[in-house]
Amino acid sequence: MNRPAKLMIGLLLCLFALVLLWVFHVALTQPPGARLADLALASLPLSGVTNPVTAVLVNYRAYDTLLELAVLLAALLGIWSLGAATPGFQPAGSALAAMVSWVVPLLILTGGYLLWVGGYAPGGAFQAGALLGAAGVLLRLAGDERAGLPSERAQRRLAVAGIAVFALVGLGTMVAGTGFLTYPQRWSKWLILLAETAATVSIGVILAAAYAGGKPRSRASDGATP
Amino acid sequence: MTLLLFLFDLVLLSTLLVLAIAALTSPEPRRAVMFFIAFGLWLALVWARLGAPDVALAEAAIGAGLGGALMLAAARRAARRQREGKADQDDDQKSS
Amino acid sequence: MTAHLLYGGAGILLFVLGVWSFLVHEALLRKVIALNVMGSGVFHLLIAIAERGSLPPDPVPHALVLTGIVVAVSATALALAMGRRLEDEDDAR
Repeated sequence: MNRPAKLMIGLLLCLFALVLLWVFHVALTQPPGARLADLALASLPLSGVTNPVTAVLVNYRAYDTLLELAVLLAALLGIWSLGAATPGFQPAGSALAAMVSWVVPLLILTGGYLLWVGGYAPGGAFQAGALLGAAGVLLRLAGDERAGLPSERAQRRLAVAGIAVFALVGLGTMVAGTGFLTYPQRWSKWLILLAETAATVSIGVILAAAYAGGKPRSRASDGATP
Repeated sequence: MTLLLFLFDLVLLSTLLVLAIAALTSPEPRRAVMFFIAFGLWLALVWARLGAPDVALAEAAIGAGLGGALMLAAARRAARRQREGKADQDDDQKSS
Repeated sequence: MTAHLLYGGAGILLFVLGVWSFLVHEALLRKVIALNVMGSGVFHLLIAIAERGSLPPDPVPHALVLTGIVVAVSATALALAMGRRLEDEDDAR
């Protein structure tokens, strides 16, 4: 792209920024209308958790989270359909290998802690899943071609587990008569924990598999590949 | 006190913008990704200041950490292709 | 009010910077970084709106941003995988 065109784009975008800023200013100076925040915070005792963000994610707007797991799954399917994973790195030196053997269990432990603490403090399924994914990335960097994940068949099941459990919980509440993903109050804490645990495992597996960048290669130790 | 807090906010935001500009304008792919990771971590800091620790945790772990790892792998490939002269080059890369 | 305007304005600036970089640069990786910065700008604007001074912050935008971050990373991974495949096809030819 030549210089004048770049300048033109820059100028137009400056104007665009000014318009956006003006709109934002007008929106701020208007008297605030009713906000969802008050409703969300007021019904917090009914939701089964005390962390408002987790309550919004897994209880009030559980549809969003369900569909988001579907988006993650679709991205992984897209990546797998593009070809085989790149070959892994060479095996790690002794210092890196020793560090990884310490850090990976710690990451998994911290992931479990974040998942549990998400009910009443900052944390939750996404953060915990990200830590599991990070453990996978570390393992791949240390030379494990498959980022610490099991065989392809098991990976498929784990990646679908999150959305499947979430949908099953939703169907279960529907059968129980409260409507799709509307938890009965007595069970809500445990149903949320169940759905979140499955979501955590799925997110971790999907992120680690996405880092490997393609369909996992079969290993001789797998036996027959599907 | 409020003036001090205001100055603190100003420093936070100007550093954030400088990191973003550095990530967007650096022609060398690996350096751009490094700046992007720094930008993501700084953004997490700003969000912790804005009272959103949940989101700050997620941004530090997912946005900066995993996104950065993905992009670093891509930057390694891009740097190798640039050395072999196969890359589709930008204007400012040709001039440098 | 001023703090809102300051933080929200920074979000808008980040978004516009991302758009600029996305339009001007050609290499795929730089476009992906630009897209991520654009997304970060929007997220930052949402978080800035959610902050309410002495009141506890609004959890609904927080949850939206949390979802958005994960979706942005999965989109990044897919885009980079597609770019890798394109490069492989180029090299094969």
